[in-house]
Amino acid sequence: MYDTIIIGAGLSGLAAGIRLAHYGQKVCILERHYTIGGLNSFYRMHGRDFDVGLHAVTNFTPKGTRRGPLATVLKRLQIEWDEFQLAPQVGSSVAFPGVKLRFTNDFKLLESEVARAFPTQIDGFRQLVAQLADYDQIDQAGYEGSAREVVSRFISDPLLVEMLFCPLMWYGNAREHDMDYGQFCIMFRSVFMEGFSRPFDGIRLILKILVKKFKASGGELRLRSGVQRIETDASRVQRIVLDNGDVVEGKNVLSSAGSFETLRMVNPPVSQTTVGEPGRLSFIETLSVLDRQPRDLGHDETIVFFNDHDKFEWCRPEDDLCDLRTGVICSPNNYAYRNNDGTPRDLEEGVMRITLLANHPRWVALSDEEYKDEKERWYQATLESATRFTPDFRPHVVATDMFTPRTIERFTWHTNGTVYGAPKKRLDGRTPYENLYLCGTDQGYVGIIGSMISGISLATHLLRP
Amino acid sequence: MSPEQIRQALLNILTRIVPDEDLSQLKDDLPFREQMELDSMDFLDIVMELRKQYRVQIPEEDYPHLATMGGAVTYLTPRMKDIQA
Repeated sequence: MYDTIIIGAGLSGLAAGIRLAHYGQKVCILERHYTIGGLNSFYRMHGRDFDVGLHAVTNFTPKGTRRGPLATVLKRLQIEWDEFQLAPQVGSSVAFPGVKLRFTNDFKLLESEVARAFPTQIDGFRQLVAQLADYDQIDQAGYEGSAREVVSRFISDPLLVEMLFCPLMWYGNAREHDMDYGQFCIMFRSVFMEGFSRPFDGIRLILKILVKKFKASGGELRLRSGVQRIETDASRVQRIVLDNGDVVEGKNVLSSAGSFETLRMVNPPVSQTTVGEPGRLSFIETLSVLDRQPRDLGHDETIVFFNDHDKFEWCRPEDDLCDLRTGVICSPNNYAYRNNDGTPRDLEEGVMRITLLANHPRWVALSDEEYKDEKERWYQATLESATRFTPDFRPHVVATDMFTPRTIERFTWHTNGTVYGAPKKRLDGRTPYENLYLCGTDQGYVGIIGSMISGISLATHLLRP
Repeated sequence: MSPEQIRQALLNILTRIVPDEDLSQLKDDLPFREQMELDSMDFLDIVMELRKQYRVQIPEEDYPHLATMGGAVTYLTPRMKDIQA
């Protein structure tokens, strides 16, 4: 009998596991995949190491900062700031037709960019910033309100509204069209006011630190151990049955599988209203390895959020496999990596990652042969679209890879191939069962640091006497 | 453990939980929270470290006793006197 069974060895499950095991609980993490990471994993292909989807570790704050999500994660998991080897971004931008807003980890740049491009809006922008700095991430009052409504109270130029929403929705919004107000505040702070960073070795470094800590604290990690069903009585989880038929019992169960995905595993089945709606947003991402550093082609930006018309439409593309009008271009090379002696350090090869919104049902309806063709076609179309906003790097591509909604579903078991989960978040992690809790994306936290905060907060709840 | 040993044990725990604080000037009769940045999760971690390291169970209603170093040592002395330092 375990004190806590955790479903999923991603960032949130591992962070929760470290805390629970450290404070004496008998903990087991069950992971269906043969490796750790969940939505943020890593792999090796043709001799190269890749992150699955990491663009940036948001919530970056410099060494010595004592407040904020990164400081909380480090303190609660007893990790030194230097261990994550976070290098700050060089600089990013939001690019719309005829106007570009640049931003770095110094918020003053964005402020001056808004003042330059939208001189009539700067006072409203400052008032908006003052208001959202007051949003309380612990008490979360007013979380579900419409962010568009709040923002339009301060900013009257619709183009600026769209340009501010674009990166924030791209980096974590599960809802279509609008955003929960609380999510907006959290994302605004993590993207614009804190900022972007990346470990030289990518996500594997962070995951390996977490697994090592978890095991050193006495935690047990079982890979290739998918949960087949969660057996319950009227109010409690009784046992967990694995895909191979093994039965595992625990006093509490903490699932990072997603709210829809978790409640759907409950047996006897619960009603459709209880299960809720799964998310609808999925993505494709192309990865192009270059024969030189992107800056040698004149591209020194870390992330470019692009949108080729004035209105930013954040929704599932209904009429086609993907939407070429908006996307994110990430170059993991464009972080200020340093050697131990302080000299600049470059990733071995140039990389460009480009993400587009995609329609999951259309991607899964393809035959295997069509799927292969469509991947090739959309790889080309994605680069064609993105190079409107960057130098044309296509002649320098030496290797490629790509994920689609099918890939996401295959490796994460997320219905509809979602990355940001269900639109309705369960902030306290509670479910209809008193000993079944949710952590991870569907608790309302996104990003690398956010996922760990989620695990930490649920573990703290489970540790209360 | 003697009161002085308990005080040292608490200092060791605090050093782990709030490594950036200078604890050398800590006043025993002033609340911790007036002398350092200590949030509710820090506080809970102190309680859990005591449980982990010394098997002392502290019920939630007794948490106010732990507001100051002096109060905490007085509260813990009878509960930790049989523990070998």
